[in-house]
Amino acid sequence: MNLLVSSAGFLTSVQDLGRTGYRQSGVSFGGALDAHAMRVANAVVGNEDNAAGLEATFGKLRLRFEDERIVSWCGGAFTARIGDEDLPPGHAGLVGKDDELLMVAPSAGSRAWLAISGGIDAPVVLGSRSTDLRGNFGGHQGRALRAGDVLPLFKERRFPNRRPDKNGDLEIAAPWISKWSAPAPWASTGQRDHFLRIVRGTHWDSFAPDAQAALVTAQFIVTPDSDRMGARLDGPALERIDAADLLSEAVAPGTLQVPPNGKPILLLGDCQTIGGYPKIAHVITVDLPIAAQLWPGDAVRFHEISLTEAQELLREREEDFARFRVGLTLHAR
Amino acid sequence: MRIDPLGDSALIVRIDDEFRPDASLNAVLVALRCLEAAELPGVIELAPAYTTIGVFLEPSRIAGFDELKTKIERALQTSVEPARPRAGTRSVLEIPVCYESEFAPDLDEVARHSGLSPEEVVRRHSEAAYRVSCVGFTPGFPFLSGLPSELATPRRATPRTEIPAGAVAIGGTQTGIYPRKSPGGWNIIGRTPLRLFDVQREPPALFRAGDRVRFRKISREEFERASA
Repeated sequence: MNLLVSSAGFLTSVQDLGRTGYRQSGVSFGGALDAHAMRVANAVVGNEDNAAGLEATFGKLRLRFEDERIVSWCGGAFTARIGDEDLPPGHAGLVGKDDELLMVAPSAGSRAWLAISGGIDAPVVLGSRSTDLRGNFGGHQGRALRAGDVLPLFKERRFPNRRPDKNGDLEIAAPWISKWSAPAPWASTGQRDHFLRIVRGTHWDSFAPDAQAALVTAQFIVTPDSDRMGARLDGPALERIDAADLLSEAVAPGTLQVPPNGKPILLLGDCQTIGGYPKIAHVITVDLPIAAQLWPGDAVRFHEISLTEAQELLREREEDFARFRVGLTLHAR
Repeated sequence: MRIDPLGDSALIVRIDDEFRPDASLNAVLVALRCLEAAELPGVIELAPAYTTIGVFLEPSRIAGFDELKTKIERALQTSVEPARPRAGTRSVLEIPVCYESEFAPDLDEVARHSGLSPEEVVRRHSEAAYRVSCVGFTPGFPFLSGLPSELATPRRATPRTEIPAGAVAIGGTQTGIYPRKSPGGWNIIGRTPLRLFDVQREPPALFRAGDRVRFRKISREEFERASA
């Protein structure tokens, strides 16, 4: 059974949790820019964490399905509807055979991740179903979706929250929206003023005290030349004390690197594997979902925390997610 | 040797303080094999470059960096088998390059900068022995050390918006090859018909850090035959 794309929006692509194991060949992690959101949406519809879904950017996305599917989405403040019914973020929604799923440009934030029960049956390329938009491989034909695209879906695993009647049919009639949802901070990440926590980077000390202070007090604005590789930020120029040339070395999503013009670049999931600019700081992993919502014109501020705190926050989130998954399974009995 | 955090879920192992073309690379490659052999729990990716190795961790498996650092240090002290050349390949990868003017828009600029004739630039570029310091920037892009110092040429002030796949170029003291059509600021002096990155191959990139490389000058006819 297939997913039919009536309108593909501004930039929509097939993504899973990303590609690992090929950095030695220069291949980025890629995947959903907010991997946590993709994972949460997948959990809500009864999929494996790594099932392939859609990453929608901004504009209007209209989808239909050839059979009944459960869907869920997390991300920016989009308006989503199944037919005439609102589908709020983090809720499960049953889309009938003739229903249309609509996702409209967000009032805050920029991206959303849509999970579909069963998951998208895109070929696995270099260990992942994610679209590498720069490399033009993976996902659906290595490119962003277009109107008219037909994407095969895996057979749906029986949604655990629905009891089949004696004929094996569902008691619930589509469109149906669950009353329960994933925790709001995971499901709804769109904001106008973004506040990101950072830890110091390797080259923190090679920046002037003024630059260090500016990074954690000033407001930065996302510039239009931002994309899935990184968000370019305008604000006070961050000046380096030592101007030694650096050898390129590993960078990661979340790295805040500073090119010679002093304007930091916040690297995101499609970032290149190595970089030679000094790394002043790194956005902590649990705040990458907020970073994934940045859109040109948005304001960003940074707040420094310790590495131990950052790792503790990450550990807590992972434990909470594991509990959430267990809770869903129990709820489904 | 030093181990620095790279954010909260990755580390950088610094093997050498400065890059010494052969010694640093050899040390990094030995360290890489040690880390691969150690199969440290939670490590999902190892990324070597020049003097460092990036170690990426699964977010749910971060038990604290101190413990992992100790494990990495211990792994680096183990002895490993010396590297063998890859099966089915020669110890030196020979890369055919056509230096004809249609493929070499910046050859004159490199010649002017070096004070050599274009022919001499081509001769020196194709006779030198190179080594892959790292692969990255775009999938499959090899950064090659070993460029004769007189050929070093600063990057273009304004990068080109489109460089064709296979373009052989000089950027500062390094030479490299663009695996696919992309923007870029290096000086283009030739083109290879080889495919540097192919998702159908395992590994997908033609080059790996540590590979030894030579360029072989080919004619336009040879280039066209090989591209066909």
